[in-house]
Amino acid sequence: MDSRGEKLIDAFYKAILGFSNSLSIILGIILLLGLFKVYVTHDMITSIFTGDLFKDTLLGAILGSILTGNPITSYIIGGELLRDNVSLFAVTSFILSWVTVGLVQLPAEILFLGKRFAITRNLLSFLLSIVISILTVLTLEVVV
Amino acid sequence: MKKRGDKTLYYGLYFLGFVILLYIILYLLNPNSIYKPLNVSLNIFIQIIPVIIMVIVLMGFSNYFLKPKIILKYLGRESGTKGWILAIVFGIVSHGSIYVWYPFLKDLHKQGMKTSLIAVFLYNRAIKIPLLPIMIFYFGIPFVIVLMIYMILASVIEGKVLENINGGSVEDV
Repeated sequence: MDSRGEKLIDAFYKAILGFSNSLSIILGIILLLGLFKVYVTHDMITSIFTGDLFKDTLLGAILGSILTGNPITSYIIGGELLRDNVSLFAVTSFILSWVTVGLVQLPAEILFLGKRFAITRNLLSFLLSIVISILTVLTLEVVV
Repeated sequence: MKKRGDKTLYYGLYFLGFVILLYIILYLLNPNSIYKPLNVSLNIFIQIIPVIIMVIVLMGFSNYFLKPKIILKYLGRESGTKGWILAIVFGIVSHGSIYVWYPFLKDLHKQGMKTSLIAVFLYNRAIKIPLLPIMIFYFGIPFVIVLMIYMILASVIEGKVLENINGGSVEDV
């Protein structure tokens, strides 16, 4: 085999080896997600909101940060929350933090990308989910 | 490098052990309580298998083709606006669960990718083109457009802040 072929095999060997090191943490996260999806129901989430605009926006961001899964689930829950008269501020911060903050994935992020980076990134994403939710709703009120 | 890999494996096994312990406790409390979560987990695992394969293939090709010099040029300290745009686009078009991408990003980072661009990539993963019709169905077109614009802007702000905190240095992640 020529040296190019050997280099390619070596590159893939390194990739598989690198990924196999990550497999245990990925399996752990998947098992944790299984628990979340079964034991944290839509009704439980909806019942948390109070009607207070500021509190609900903060609660939305906190809930979205804790919960995780496919973004579609957050849209469905968000739609239900809107139908239950939860404010658009709260729903927006909820769907935003759902996709940008990941407490369940945090151990993995810390492990691969470093503690300082992972914690700062998640904190910033949390704060930005509140700021963007306010900006989005205010912009919509002006534009639409 | 071997040490870092061992560390990942070591902590990963601890984490997996902790989650398995949770399942064991649940099983002892009620033997039927773990079947549903296990089934859901299995479904998630089956769903992400194609993404895992894609990430391994990407890692393999990036090991082969992407030399630190190229990474530094397009995603490193000298990449400029081009790097930010690339990170935004790659974030939006990337598929699958976020945690599957961590090893790939770690690899790119080792080769010189800026921390700010890793943050931009991760933030923009929240924008999923195939899911936009569902989002529009629930929240309407104006909401989705406004939110997407703010999200891209927020990703850049987050990247800039992280760059300042970490001094833009690849060693600080």
